[in-house]
Amino acid sequence: MSQEKGRITWISGPTVRAEGLEGVKMFEVVFVGEERLIGEVIAVSGDKAVIQVYETTSGLKPGEPVYRSGEPLSVMLGPGIIGRTYDGVQRPLDVIATKIGPFVKRGIQVDPIPLDKKWYFEPVLKIGDKVRGGYVVGYVQETPLIKHSILIHPEVSGKVKSIVKEGEYTANDVIAEIEKDSEVYKVKLYHRWPVRKPRPYVQRLEPEVPLITGMRIIDTLFPVAKGGTAAIPGGFGTGKTVTLHQIAAWCDARVVIYIGCGERGNEMAEVLVKFPELTDPYSGRPLMERTILIANTSNMPISAREASIYTGITLAEYYRDMGYDVVLVADSTSRWAEALREISGRLEEMPAEEGFPPYLASRLAEFYERAGRVVTFTQNNSIGSVTVVGAVSPPGGDFSEPVTVHTLRFVRTFWGLDSALAYSRHYPAINWIISYSLYVDAVARWWEKEVEKGWPELRRKMLEILQKEDELKEIVKLLGPEALPDSEKLVLDVARIIREGFLQQNAFDPIDSYCSVQKQYKMLKMFMEFYEKARIALEKGVPLSSIRALPIIAKMMRVRYTVPNEKFIEVDSISQEINDSINKLLEGMKSG
Amino acid sequence: MASGGLEYYSVKEIKGPLLVVEGVKNVSYDELLEIETSTGEKRLGKVLEVGYGLAIVQVFEGTTGLAVKGTKAKFLGRTMETPVSEDMLGRIFDGLGRPIDGLPPIIPRDRLDVNGSPINPERRDYPTNFIQTGISAIDGMNTLIRGQKLPIFSGAGLPHNMIAAQIARQATVLGQEEEFAVIFAAIGVQNDEASFFKKSLEETGAIKRSALFLNLADDPAFERIITPRIALTLAEYLAFEKDMHVLVIITDMTNYGEALREISAAREEVPGRKGYPGYLYTDLATIYERAGRIKEKKGSITQMPILTMPNDDISHPIPDLTAYITEGQIVLGRELHRIGIYPPINVLMSLSRLMRDGIGEGKTRADHPDVSSQLYASYARAQELRSLALIVGESSLTPVDLKYLRYAEAFEKKFLAQGYYENRDIFKTLDIAWEILSMLPEQELTRVKEKYIKQYYKKTAE
Repeated sequence: MSQEKGRITWISGPTVRAEGLEGVKMFEVVFVGEERLIGEVIAVSGDKAVIQVYETTSGLKPGEPVYRSGEPLSVMLGPGIIGRTYDGVQRPLDVIATKIGPFVKRGIQVDPIPLDKKWYFEPVLKIGDKVRGGYVVGYVQETPLIKHSILIHPEVSGKVKSIVKEGEYTANDVIAEIEKDSEVYKVKLYHRWPVRKPRPYVQRLEPEVPLITGMRIIDTLFPVAKGGTAAIPGGFGTGKTVTLHQIAAWCDARVVIYIGCGERGNEMAEVLVKFPELTDPYSGRPLMERTILIANTSNMPISAREASIYTGITLAEYYRDMGYDVVLVADSTSRWAEALREISGRLEEMPAEEGFPPYLASRLAEFYERAGRVVTFTQNNSIGSVTVVGAVSPPGGDFSEPVTVHTLRFVRTFWGLDSALAYSRHYPAINWIISYSLYVDAVARWWEKEVEKGWPELRRKMLEILQKEDELKEIVKLLGPEALPDSEKLVLDVARIIREGFLQQNAFDPIDSYCSVQKQYKMLKMFMEFYEKARIALEKGVPLSSIRALPIIAKMMRVRYTVPNEKFIEVDSISQEINDSINKLLEGMKSG
Repeated sequence: MASGGLEYYSVKEIKGPLLVVEGVKNVSYDELLEIETSTGEKRLGKVLEVGYGLAIVQVFEGTTGLAVKGTKAKFLGRTMETPVSEDMLGRIFDGLGRPIDGLPPIIPRDRLDVNGSPINPERRDYPTNFIQTGISAIDGMNTLIRGQKLPIFSGAGLPHNMIAAQIARQATVLGQEEEFAVIFAAIGVQNDEASFFKKSLEETGAIKRSALFLNLADDPAFERIITPRIALTLAEYLAFEKDMHVLVIITDMTNYGEALREISAAREEVPGRKGYPGYLYTDLATIYERAGRIKEKKGSITQMPILTMPNDDISHPIPDLTAYITEGQIVLGRELHRIGIYPPINVLMSLSRLMRDGIGEGKTRADHPDVSSQLYASYARAQELRSLALIVGESSLTPVDLKYLRYAEAFEKKFLAQGYYENRDIFKTLDIAWEILSMLPEQELTRVKEKYIKQYYKKTAE
């Protein structure tokens, strides 16, 4: 570092130019102005630099100082992260509120994790142990749900020179020393890691276990695997946020990171109000004990919005490195892309499509590439994963816009939201014709092993009926339903029953909100059996009108909110009733 | 920033609403300045970009009549501020917050930055109080919640002003008699629209608890950027310092977007969609997000912005980005208007995101969520059947299908339609809903729990 301090030469919104910063590095953190606003260097030329400032720049003047930090933008990784709400650069919003009140002001410096809180630390290493980066030094119980492994900084290795006994320590206490070539590295309960650099791992593995979300259309039709990627694009009002909230609330990951990136303040408030009240269906503990929120709402500074995605994924990788399955939900990546566009515009870079910078696609690719199921560097090489689910908000609901198009190149599950479904209040408004998942084959083995055989076949049949309906609807539009033979009218009827009784799911109904895999399977089977039975009855001459008039149909459609998850076996008795009532129709035929 | 009072005669260039001032020293970003023409006329402006010895400033009242020579720029050493006081209720101001009602000037209790500060999401209180507007289509199916931002998407010639006025007049929180303070910000609207609001507020005496900020169609376009911010600064003061419940009506946000586009074009910025700047979303958010409730504060801000969709196109950038920020939208339909339905609310395209936590047992009535969902589903199905009937004729529809068609008619004529002065309470709204749902066979109502069907479904003699 040859120069400690430069000065501002130009200010345009969140972008500031400065000079006198010889030797400054790309993406180095700097403190701008007398108020020391946090900024990051995004272009360097000689001793001049362009800085994006993470806070509002009103009142800054040319000539004010710019201080160097010598470090890239980093996060602090240690116990005390879970349950917190951070802004885009890992400042805890609750601490800010206690310090300065309900409005976010600038120039606030706070520690991301509490440095004075005592944690009960249990060591696992011994003096003389040979260690490398990513080894577990010991454990801290961070929340009742999360046993936090204290990891050695990924770039440190050597021999343990000293280690403390089990007991209470603060994040700032030195708990171990590691020696290499006579250099000593002090291990604390936390370490820092630059957000734009992926954390290393031993090896990548193929994702093969489904992430269970409790949403039928996702788990049964378009599953995402742990360590996989998914995108959920949709116009306004199509239910992106509700779907993401559902995933964050019910998915069977151990740690959930929710990034509200340029979205509504009230939505974050909703999560903050509801998650502490909801209990994790797998452990019965409050959901906040496994959740981290990153809130950079639409009216907060846009550079911090750009950073929030990286802050989130780095926290995700950190918990992955302890061997946890982590889910990262980003709502919405379009707002992040817009932040890139705005900053690029102020740098007067040559724009590509719709004003977005040419590097949009590579930035998106880098982000989604940080998802994965990996072998970690811990002593026993435990396996951890990061699943990334990104919302996309295409302008005008048009999926041919740059962010949607490029995102789809890099994700393997696509849940396409449909305004037409949303307008008719079909939620989740995931369109089953355009959506896809490339993980179906990989997770089919899990379903057959953990739930029941025959899942892939039933799933395929259900999709077939829905596909067929889609084709038939075209004919109906032209000729009316009467033009179809009864066998095809039955397909339309069954498709409607599936849509309303299986695909639709009410996120706000206490029973329907979360559907266990067992219940999903039973329901899938019930609907498919109904179709088979009805089809055969029709072939044997039972009139379609008598099948349509069966009261069991309404009962079948209400299963989603009448049968609780733990009583999923009751679905079988409804299947039995279907069987009986159709048999009765067949008998009626014979006797009549 | 203490550069206050520095004066320069060194205007180098004038371009659209922008001035380039040379040789400036100690000027800060976003600083306010006063511009004086050679004839002594004063205008306001603010710094958009600043470097050593050079500042680009935007003149709110436009640059018409300004010359490179003789124009004086006086930097004021502060950002744009507005005086605030409870006494501003009952008064009328121009788009920059100067009284225009001939009454004495306001004695400010405080002066606040018009840009405000973002509410810390951690300190927001999640809005759950049902506001009864007395309009069935809103209360029953797109409920407004205290602290929500719910825009009206309209088109040229549709009665959005009447609906907004009716809401301003009728809005109450169930079980609480407290009235809303109304802040009305007109952005580039016609004089008669503004006087319509004024009159309808006067009619009920609500004017005493209202403040009007008027930037009319013939007022400077660049003021439009400031008008909503001044209105919201006062709203924040009243809500969070003075414990009031404030309803903010802003019309018309399309004019706001266009003013923003004009400035962006003058700055030669890279345009996004339809020539609007790439930061349109962020900029709109700095207006819309100034609504809500804060923990441990009594007051609230409920926002109801109105915008006209150019060519009725909901995918136009302004309605599109607005709906991405606001918590739903009330969309008006030209078809309904044409057949004489008031209020012509297209319920299928409308949405209230905060509705679900503000209705139901203990808030409105236990059956409300199911009824709302069923009204939607059945009306959506009826609309499908209507377009089918157009092609194949009603004769080829099943008897149940025909019942849907009759349901849709009743829905529009009995449920949607109501008078401009008709104030229906939520129970009346739900009763009408059951009356029309009862036109459908019981087994069609799959979204309603059986116990509510037993309780409310009216069996016909059939």
